[in-house]
Amino acid sequence: MRVAVASGKGGTGKTTIAVNLALALSTEARVQLLDCDVEEPNAHIFLDPQIESTRSVDKLLPRIDEARCTRCGACVEACEFHALARFGETMLVYDALCHGCGRCGLVCPADAISEVPHQLGVIETGTARGFPFAHGRLNVGEAMATPIIHALKDEILDARWTILDAPPGTGCPTIGTLHDVDAALLVTEPTPFGLHDLRAAVSVARTLELPIGVVINRDGIGDGAVDAFCRSEGLPVLLRIPFDRAIAAAYAHGATVIETMPTWRGRFLELAERLEEVAR
Amino acid sequence: MRQLLFLSGKGGTGKTSLAAAFAALTDEKVLADCDVDAANLHLLLDPTVLAEGEYSGSKEAVRDPARCTACGRCREVCRFHAIDEAFGIDPVMCEGCGACVSACPADAIELVPRVSGRWFTAGTRHGPLAGAELLPGEEVSGKLVMRVKEAMGDLATANGIDTALVDGSPGIGCPVIASISGVDDAILVTEPTRSGLHDLERILGVVRHFGIRAHLVINKADLSPELSEQIERFAADEELPVLGQIPYDRAVPAALIEGRSAVECEENPAGEAMRAIYERFARTTARQTPADRDREAPSADVKKGMDT
Repeated sequence: MRVAVASGKGGTGKTTIAVNLALALSTEARVQLLDCDVEEPNAHIFLDPQIESTRSVDKLLPRIDEARCTRCGACVEACEFHALARFGETMLVYDALCHGCGRCGLVCPADAISEVPHQLGVIETGTARGFPFAHGRLNVGEAMATPIIHALKDEILDARWTILDAPPGTGCPTIGTLHDVDAALLVTEPTPFGLHDLRAAVSVARTLELPIGVVINRDGIGDGAVDAFCRSEGLPVLLRIPFDRAIAAAYAHGATVIETMPTWRGRFLELAERLEEVAR
Repeated sequence: MRQLLFLSGKGGTGKTSLAAAFAALTDEKVLADCDVDAANLHLLLDPTVLAEGEYSGSKEAVRDPARCTACGRCREVCRFHAIDEAFGIDPVMCEGCGACVSACPADAIELVPRVSGRWFTAGTRHGPLAGAELLPGEEVSGKLVMRVKEAMGDLATANGIDTALVDGSPGIGCPVIASISGVDDAILVTEPTRSGLHDLERILGVVRHFGIRAHLVINKADLSPELSEQIERFAADEELPVLGQIPYDRAVPAALIEGRSAVECEENPAGEAMRAIYERFARTTARQTPADRDREAPSADVKKGMDT
């Protein structure tokens, strides 16, 4: 079963849920954790994985052979991302605008375009607490996170549980993570921001036709509007974590909830059980 | 126009709460919410919509099954795994590049525009606001951010205002890079956790990559005094000026529920800290003449890829 732990709003506790869920399940079944927040990956802080291999994720940038190029402009016209331009006899490639789709090479009648790889980031795979772990890291200054997420998802194994820690938001990196999973576990907090962004996350999960479970983190800091929303939308609240300075302090130092407070292990196992019922 | 952008790398550190406090304290300014994936600033501002519109920033490939000869060329050239064995096109995976259109010998595929969000401008009790919301499942958040900043510029011109406060999105990728364009100063909001520090290092890298002056605020600082100190040391090593610390204070979510910023409520520790941070920022930047600013840090010019 592939579970994406997501939320519209950042900082609601996705990584806490993903890491503790994986850890609780790891003694019961074959588990794998993928940290798909490639812009700001944090799961490794809690799991200290042994990284065993690293591979590059590249996009292919066009390079124009000025000698062969007839300046016909077919590539400029074909590029949907305005990454190519012609000024008189000079051809320009704006590398940062290029999506690496290869259309310019397809349309060039003079066979003047070749491609060179440009690194967007890396995928690191290894082992954490005895189970398979992988994450992606977008290089600083690069904009395209989604290709790294797709490459990371090639690491999905035939495990009983694959937990995917999604990036915040509802944009392309989040959708790339949620695409083709079996269930979405949406983490929120009981504040107007939490509610507003939960609505957006629910819309995304429903667009992708995913079964949904909700976790309310920092329960008690706000009001009952998130609960009321979940009731009216028929969304099951599968776990509540109260705001607790001990949990906040453990998180601050990179400790897991389960290792700090072992009684929570049972609650995370129950969360997994209830999630399976929701996904059935 | 002078632009101040709030960023954090890590989500949920308090960007919007601090941006709303600055909105309440700054005299003449326009506001922009560039977190189009999870736009929250308007929840604290009682907006009245002035203008709005659909935004169509990308395209998607649509196949005509009647013309398709099932030759498979489209599937061969698609680098985004958007075409399945039966040559169906998955709109979620489709990048809108049109490589399949060029490759199709039967002229069976075309690119059509897709509506991916809506932008708006609004009047609020703290000045004009530009913002947007991405439709669920849509992908062009970077381009939509550019549209918001354009609307922000128009609001500033129309109202004769030359200061802008911009709430950014978490992460370091396309929407963040799009929001950086034209910005003078960035306030990075972090929290005293190992994740907060890790993500701060990366967002600082991005901000400096684009040549913007950065300032630091440590929110919920008392939740781990030890990590707050570690972050202060990191800031000192990086010559990153610290504007101040904000204590964890339930007055912040309580104010939020009332639709206000903590500085607009009865005296509370977090609100006082935000006020002090605002004053310090104002003093720091007031010392610079426009000529200093131009010499020290030209506004970020980001003609870079932000339209994924």
